[in-house]
Amino acid sequence: MTRIRKPIPGVDKQLLIKDAAKLLPDPTRRLFLRGAGSLGALTFLSGCDILDGAGAERVLRKISTFNDGAQALLFNPNKLAPTYPDSMITRPFPFNAYYSLDEAPEVDGASYKLIVGGLVENKKSWTLDELYALPQEKQVTRHICVEGWSAIGSWTGVRLSEFLKRVGADTRAKYVWFRCAEGYSNTIDMPTALHPQTQMTFKFDNEILPRAYGFPMKIRMPTKLGFKNPKYVMEMAVTNDDLGGYWEDQGYNWFSGL
Amino acid sequence: MASVEISSTHPAAHESVIHPRWVRITHWINAVAIIVMIGSGWQIYNASPLFPFTFPRSITIGGWLAGALMWHFAAMWVLVINGIVYVTLGIASGRFRRKLLPIRPSEVVADVKAALSGHLAHDDLSVYNAVQRLLYLGVILAGVVIVLSGLAIWKPIQLQELTALFGGYDAARYVHFLAMALIVGFITIHVIMALLVPKSLRAMILGK
Repeated sequence: MTRIRKPIPGVDKQLLIKDAAKLLPDPTRRLFLRGAGSLGALTFLSGCDILDGAGAERVLRKISTFNDGAQALLFNPNKLAPTYPDSMITRPFPFNAYYSLDEAPEVDGASYKLIVGGLVENKKSWTLDELYALPQEKQVTRHICVEGWSAIGSWTGVRLSEFLKRVGADTRAKYVWFRCAEGYSNTIDMPTALHPQTQMTFKFDNEILPRAYGFPMKIRMPTKLGFKNPKYVMEMAVTNDDLGGYWEDQGYNWFSGL
Repeated sequence: MASVEISSTHPAAHESVIHPRWVRITHWINAVAIIVMIGSGWQIYNASPLFPFTFPRSITIGGWLAGALMWHFAAMWVLVINGIVYVTLGIASGRFRRKLLPIRPSEVVADVKAALSGHLAHDDLSVYNAVQRLLYLGVILAGVVIVLSGLAIWKPIQLQELTALFGGYDAARYVHFLAMALIVGFITIHVIMALLVPKSLRAMILGK
C-alpha cells in the first residue's frame, strides 16, 4: 500500500484518529468482557457461568444473533430513510475508520475491475467506465455511526438492486458479501441489498468519490449503521453462507439495522 | 403466573402484605436490568459524548463499545418485558391508582419540607407520602420515555415517526440521556431512603 501524506480537504484528521481509537478493543484483552463487570452489577448474576468472560460472551452473542432475527422482522423493505435538502449536508463530512487517512487504500481507478461472483449468471468483472454508464441517482441521507454521532451526506450511484438484476443474481439467496481493498469485508442480508436506497456509490457531494470516502466505490446503505457500509469495494458475491465481516467478527451486531 | 397475587383488596392480605409478590419479583428483576442498562449505556455514551465529560471506565459495563452494546441490547429485553408486566399489573390491579394517586402539589411541598427537616414519618409503609407518590409515578414515566427514546435511536428509519416525535435522531439521544439522568437521580434518593428506613427494604424482599 503506498502512503502519500497529502491532506485531503475537508477531513479532520484529529477527529479521524480519535474516532478510530474509540472503536478499537483493548488489545490486552482477547475476551472483551473479562473484567468488564463493575458497579456490583455482575454480583447479582453470580452463581452461573456469566461471571466467566467466555460464558458471558457466548450468551451475549446468542442474544445478539436473536436480535439479528428481531431486526430482520422489523425491517420493512419499502420503508425509506428520510432524505434532506443539500443545505443540511454536514461539511466537512467526517472520515472514520480503524486506520488513519494516511493508511486508507489508494485504488487505481484506471486498472480497477469489480469482481462479481457467487450465485450470479454473469461473472464478468466491471471496469469503472462500465459501472459509471449505469443509471445513477442521488440521495441525501443520514449516516449514523455505531458510536452514536450522525452526519448527513450526499451520495450518487447505481441501485445495488439494479446491478444485481443486470448480473442475473439469484435474489432468493440470503446474502451479499463484499471484500474491500483495506482488508475489511462485510456480509449483508438480501432484503437490505434490494432496498431502493442501497446504492453502489461513485460520487460524494456530486464529485467523484474521494479516497477518504472509499474511491472508487462504496456501498451506501442508509438503513444500516455506518460500519456496515463498505468502502473501497473490490469484490462482491451473492451467497447463502454468512461470511461474517470485519466488525461483526469482533462482536458488533451483525444486522445493525436502523 | 397463577401464583402471583394480582390484587391485595382482600382485607387480611391488605393488612399484612405491603408489597404483593408480583411487585417484589418485578422490582428486583428491574433493579438488575436497569443497572446493566445504565452501566452499558454509559460505556456507549463514552464512544461519542454529548457533553464535555465521559464516565470513568471503572463504573461502566461491557469493556468497550461492542461489549457494551451487547449488554445493552440483551438487558433491553429483560427491562421491557418486565416493565410491561409491571405496568400492566399495576394498572389492572388498581395498585397504581390506589398507591400513587392523587398527587396534590400542596402535599408535595409540605412533605418535602418535612423530609428535609427530618420529620417525615415512615410509620405505615403501605401508604406512600406525597413525595414518594411523585417520585414513583415520575420514575415510571421516565421509564416509559427512556424506552421510547431508546427505540427512536435504535430504529430511526423503521420507527422514523417515533424518532420525529422526539425531534429527530440527534435530539432523541439527548432525551434518552436526560431520562437516564432522572432515573439515576431517583435511584440515588431511593437507595438512600431504603438504607435510612431498613424495614422498607425488608418489605420489598419479604413482602411485609
